[in-house]
Amino acid sequence: MNVRLYVWQRLTAALMVPLVLAHVAVIFYASRKGMTAADILARTRGSIAWASFYGAFVIAVAIHAAIGVRNVLTEWSPLKDRSAGIFASAFGALLLLLGARAVVAVVLP
Amino acid sequence: MTVRHLSQRRNVLWIAALVHRLSGLALAIFLPVHFLTLGLAIHGEAPLESFLRWSDQPLVKLAESGLVFLLLVHMLGGLRLLVIENLPWRDGQKELATIAAGLSAVIALILLTRLF
Amino acid sequence: MRLHVRPRRRRPKNPGKEATKESMSDTRSELTVSLWRGAQQGRYETYKVPWRENQTVLDVVTFVQRHLDPTLSYRFACRVGMCGSCAMTVNGRPRWTCRTHVSSVAKDGRLDIGPLENLPIIKDLAADMQPFFDKWQQAKGAFVPSQTRNDEIERIRPDSAARIAADAAIECINCGICYAACDTVRWNSDYLGPAALNRAWTLVNDVRDGANAVRLQAVAASGGCHACHSHQSCQELCPQRLNPTASIAGLKRRTMWAYLKGEL
Repeated sequence: MNVRLYVWQRLTAALMVPLVLAHVAVIFYASRKGMTAADILARTRGSIAWASFYGAFVIAVAIHAAIGVRNVLTEWSPLKDRSAGIFASAFGALLLLLGARAVVAVVLP
Repeated sequence: MTVRHLSQRRNVLWIAALVHRLSGLALAIFLPVHFLTLGLAIHGEAPLESFLRWSDQPLVKLAESGLVFLLLVHMLGGLRLLVIENLPWRDGQKELATIAAGLSAVIALILLTRLF
Repeated sequence: MRLHVRPRRRRPKNPGKEATKESMSDTRSELTVSLWRGAQQGRYETYKVPWRENQTVLDVVTFVQRHLDPTLSYRFACRVGMCGSCAMTVNGRPRWTCRTHVSSVAKDGRLDIGPLENLPIIKDLAADMQPFFDKWQQAKGAFVPSQTRNDEIERIRPDSAARIAADAAIECINCGICYAACDTVRWNSDYLGPAALNRAWTLVNDVRDGANAVRLQAVAASGGCHACHSHQSCQELCPQRLNPTASIAGLKRRTMWAYLKGEL
């Protein structure tokens, strides 16, 4: 890992602290209420707020997880920097794609 | 035979680092599944609703609490690292690591009780 | 001439007290010592060494070489905890063998001794320190003067923040224990390691040094300070009580700001 990857990983980590706390609060709230899919979607559909919140979360986690996976690969697998970087980038792209699709799925009116 | 890597005494901070790494990997594997599940809503409420009903099983609820534990322990462990890296040095890292794990477990257990 | 050692029987100071580790060892007259023999390929060989009150692991290794097997290779110099040459892996942990009492590490009279880990093995208990010092150079761990003898002597206040930071890390004697203990060194062959980075930190804080631009580049590259995961094995095991984890954290801060300001 070098300074560039480090900065991106630490910054996305710091950004995600409040996002994770809010997300866990949402989980607690939804579990108490025993919400159905209809209940959830009624709240998220057409909401710019939820779109921004989870949109930011998806972007941050895609970057953060990809760099993390890259580190683990360079240390625990035979892959070296270049191959690990390619694999990790592909993984990050996958998270971005699936995550964006998920956000769209719950937010689109 | 090559020199055996005699295992050093594995202390709290080594375990904390391992938990941090493994929880990160587990969450990374979980995320695509999570996104695909939420993406069911693209086809309307019904597919998502049937998934939520499926997830009402006790084992799934247990797994969900486990995931919340992993998320919290990864975040709190990461916060401990951010503190080490960005604030003046403080001793007591073993205590902080233990508190992080304990707090995550407590919150995950509270969630578990609410799910049942 | 064969050295004859009589095991000494010690009268317990408080006869009523329950058995201590020392009184238990009265019943033992010898240690079972496993030493690595060979290079990267080799085997552990077992020796029986007389138990003595107050012996260090270095005493044990020396006994084997002098009285049991003169072909054993090992390294030491000062034997009083100043030079760091005698560092070896003892029962799984890298230690200065001259400062490790057998009574504090030998469980049931057993000792497993090998060369320092994470380094190539020259022979038996002697590891090749060359890669350790190569990385020292790669981290730019050498002072580069910025002035000449014709300039005024730099006045450095010992209580300045930079000097306090440098002094806290300056007593490294390059024994290699932190390097041997570090998991990241083991997992990542590019990683410069705790000692090299610790020294780089002292120089980053030395206002007289003229090479900090190059040094920050060196420690900000792949294998530099950002590879450290703060396991703190270095800090736990350093016989000089240094804290490379903290020094590396300082380098992380320094390089991060330099990067954000566009200097890297």
